[in-house]
Amino acid sequence: MDFEFSPKEQAFRDEVRAFIKANLPPARQRNTDFLTNWLTKVREKRWVGFAWPKDVGGADGSIAEQAILKEEMALAKAPPLGTSFMGLAWVGPGIIQYGTPEQKKRFIPDILDSKVSWCTGYSEPNYGSDLASIQTKGVRQGDHYVVNGQKIWTSGAPWADWIILLVRTDSAPKVKHDGITCLLVDMKTPGVEVRPIENMAGDRHFAEVFFTDVKVPVANRLGEEGKGWSVTVSALANERSSIGEVTQMFDKLDTLKALVKNTRRNGKPAAQDPAVRRRIAEFDAKIAAMKYNGLRYLTKQLKGEPLSSETSVNKLHRASLEVDMDDFAVSLTGQSGLELKDGAEAVDRGKWAKASLSWPNVVIGGGTPNIQRNIIAERILGLPKDGSD
Amino acid sequence: MNFGFTEEQELLRDQVRRFMQDACPMSEVRAVMKGATGTSPSLWRQAAELGWLGLTIPERFGGIGLKWVDLTVVLEETGRGLCPLPIISQTLAAAALLRCGSDAQKQNLLPALADGSRVGTLALYDEPNWVHPDAIKLTLDGGRLKGTKPFVADAGAADLFVVACRSSGGFKLAIVDRNAPGVTVAVQPMMDETKRIGTLTLDVALKDAQIMPLTPDDLAYLSDCGAVAVTAESVGAAEAALAMTTAYAKERIQFGNPIGKYQGVKHRLAEMFVDIESFKSLSYYAAWTVDDAPAELPRAASLAKAYASDAFARIGIDGVQLHGAIGFTAEYDIQLFLKRSKWARPMFGDSDHHYERVAALGGL
Repeated sequence: MDFEFSPKEQAFRDEVRAFIKANLPPARQRNTDFLTNWLTKVREKRWVGFAWPKDVGGADGSIAEQAILKEEMALAKAPPLGTSFMGLAWVGPGIIQYGTPEQKKRFIPDILDSKVSWCTGYSEPNYGSDLASIQTKGVRQGDHYVVNGQKIWTSGAPWADWIILLVRTDSAPKVKHDGITCLLVDMKTPGVEVRPIENMAGDRHFAEVFFTDVKVPVANRLGEEGKGWSVTVSALANERSSIGEVTQMFDKLDTLKALVKNTRRNGKPAAQDPAVRRRIAEFDAKIAAMKYNGLRYLTKQLKGEPLSSETSVNKLHRASLEVDMDDFAVSLTGQSGLELKDGAEAVDRGKWAKASLSWPNVVIGGGTPNIQRNIIAERILGLPKDGSD
Repeated sequence: MNFGFTEEQELLRDQVRRFMQDACPMSEVRAVMKGATGTSPSLWRQAAELGWLGLTIPERFGGIGLKWVDLTVVLEETGRGLCPLPIISQTLAAAALLRCGSDAQKQNLLPALADGSRVGTLALYDEPNWVHPDAIKLTLDGGRLKGTKPFVADAGAADLFVVACRSSGGFKLAIVDRNAPGVTVAVQPMMDETKRIGTLTLDVALKDAQIMPLTPDDLAYLSDCGAVAVTAESVGAAEAALAMTTAYAKERIQFGNPIGKYQGVKHRLAEMFVDIESFKSLSYYAAWTVDDAPAELPRAASLAKAYASDAFARIGIDGVQLHGAIGFTAEYDIQLFLKRSKWARPMFGDSDHHYERVAALGGL
């Protein structure tokens, strides 16, 4: 057991640190051009899509170097490496794995250059967790598909340029997971209509997306017809190291501790309350568990063993921390914790109140906690599958 | 970067697993449990021959000279089978000598611990639920150790007691021979019969060679080592309880399905897996800090023990509950894991103690 990196990896860490030192001014000194310049510079370093193959514009970065890059960026609280979040997280990897040479040429550079934002059209009004049952139809007519149906809870749809869409091209497949096809659709195509949905925090991040006789060129099909399920599964399985997340969670814990130190409860400093101290320490232990779980999984990857469903462990921790840390802050600060941004007694300008209403973005978005528990129970413990199939 | 085990460590793991399967299956554990001492001299000899009793003792004192990460591998596997050998106590007695003893004391005693000819144990605190220097009450006065030492781990098996006491010159560790005049040992009836504590009644004159200094840092270090060792055993035991309960959930049919198909059952099992994975990672890290990052040991040991204490106790209870009535029977093994989890919980501090320490170390 050791936590040393090789000289080459250490040199890479030094390179990242030097870059950050030279290019990341303190937050208050960042002007409007800063982000544009930052994105250009990290792109030049090939740190956007760092893990992707060189021929599509990535750096073919090793697993250890990916972890180092993420950790250093998170430690420096740097802006993201590219703003096409879903493009970088799974659309790009899906295109790299299943796309035609033309699709790679057309879509990958825009994702790397943060020029195009993507959203993900999976969930439907009646099918969310049960994704394989989707009903939105795609009917092949010559050199295009005609799409009719509705998606919902589509994060980022109000501003996305493109959508990665799952449609049913075979309504009576032998196996439920067959007959689904993955299409890449321009959101400006006639017949695509976006109706934003206000969430409980008052934001309009997600939307209903309606498709009425939308014509999608066959050239924009990702993977084979009827094989969209495997495209989706392997793209979503493009697991990212949780190291950057852990650093962010420890940062958040620090701000929570600062809040505890500035709060009085029952006429006494909250920091002296044993129940408060214990809650903070429990969060600490959970984040530390994520950290060392992540390092064990990283070690597995470094040894060339594929990761399986154990990444659901950290997803469950992340979900409970996302919900509980903000909720704890709101509860700790009593009525003042309920005041929103401009309230006279608002705590940290309503930051915790707002966050305590925003966790579903993370907690529901990537597969609900109960789905993660199913994954662990069925794929790791080998318990019988839920549901009808 | 390798937060995993080496090939040698995996071989060691296989060796312990084979030993547990061949020499110490559950039938043997149950037989030993019913015996007078709660341990087995023949299993002890085998463990000694395999080198596990002197694993962390340097070679010049007759041991193998490995690290706590290696010990973790052994304890995880012995814990998995509820092995009734006092390997933790032996290791902690050796750790106390290594940390606090003079060279002569080490030369004198460590080889006998390494080869298993002596059975050692370490007794630090005189209160059952307080890991703190003030919980050391036994007094050494004018070279005479007089009073009682309660909560001595593995008291039935041990013949070499390393006991904490206070004197006008600060805290000390006294080395007491079971057969010395003025030493009586009362082994207590325990919930977990593989982990028997005892009370020493002492009225003994000690030579200088039987006394070691004990600083508050030493005390914290030894408590942390204890917490790390107990957590390592808990990882294996909790995994075994989960495996047993999962197997039962696959074969028990109710309402036409294996009960493991129902989310009320399968989700609880998934949560057990999440918790075990997590305190396993914390346990490995804590074991690594003992030898390689001692400044981080206090926090690492507390994180691991805090998480494990609560999670394992819950796994013990839910493991029995998910078995239904059969889990309640003495004959079925799951109940033994519940008892083990209750033993592990207060050892070297429960979750309240360790979470409080994490908070304090974290600046609150």
